Amino acid sequence: MKVRYFAWVRERVGKAEEEIDPPAGVATVGDLVAWLSRQGEGYAYAFENPNVVRSAIDKHHVRANARIAGASEIAFFPPMTGG
Amino acid sequence: MSVTIRLQREPFDAAKEIAALTRGRTDIGAVVTFAGICRDDENGEPIAALNLEHYPDMAEAEIGRHIEAACRRWRLLGVTVIHRYGRIAPGEGIVLVVTASSHREAAFAAAEFLMDYLKTRAPFWKQVEKPGGKTGVKIWVEAKTSDETAAERWDGECRSKA
Repeated sequence: MKVRYFAWVRERVGKAEEEIDPPAGVATVGDLVAWLSRQGEGYAYAFENPNVVRSAIDKHHVRANARIAGASEIAFFPPMTGG
Repeated sequence: MSVTIRLQREPFDAAKEIAALTRGRTDIGAVVTFAGICRDDENGEPIAALNLEHYPDMAEAEIGRHIEAACRRWRLLGVTVIHRYGRIAPGEGIVLVVTASSHREAAFAAAEFLMDYLKTRAPFWKQVEKPGGKTGVKIWVEAKTSDETAAERWDGECRSKA
């Protein structure tokens, strides 16, 4: 699946997007955040406070308990500051 | 019901957008516009410009979903939402919301509802560029709790009506 990062999450991870293949057992967005946090320093920094980072599956806002099975694009970003 | 959603780098012209929304329509009795404009300060500190990052496809989808929600709550005859991205200088518009209805109540309420949701749910992120021409002095704007509270009050009204 494709993962996209925006704003300071993107800066901390060091890339805007990537294809990932998480192991079985990574079932929810929260699991994915925990797994990503172990993929390097930048990831750990981006997700150091997982409650702050927002997520979306296929362009819909979701919470940490959302299941990722069947998702084609998952995005992580800070609280929004548009408008 | 005419709906226009545009995400663009270029400035917008509010008068032109109102004219486009109301042209040839004699059923519209009220138009409300809200324009969000870039100030020259952020928390009392001077700024050179704002840089807006966005998640293109989701931003358009999310704005569309909030317009649909507004249409379920009020009798609207037209909605235009334009949100800019990229570099925006003080004095320039950032966002434009135009709502049209037969009578003013719906247009006023829907414009406020849409803005409250755009602030907290549309995937845009503002970054402040500090003056002085020093490269690299860019700071992400932090989300405000007051904006969350403003959006949440509409949820509350939904629940109290149910």
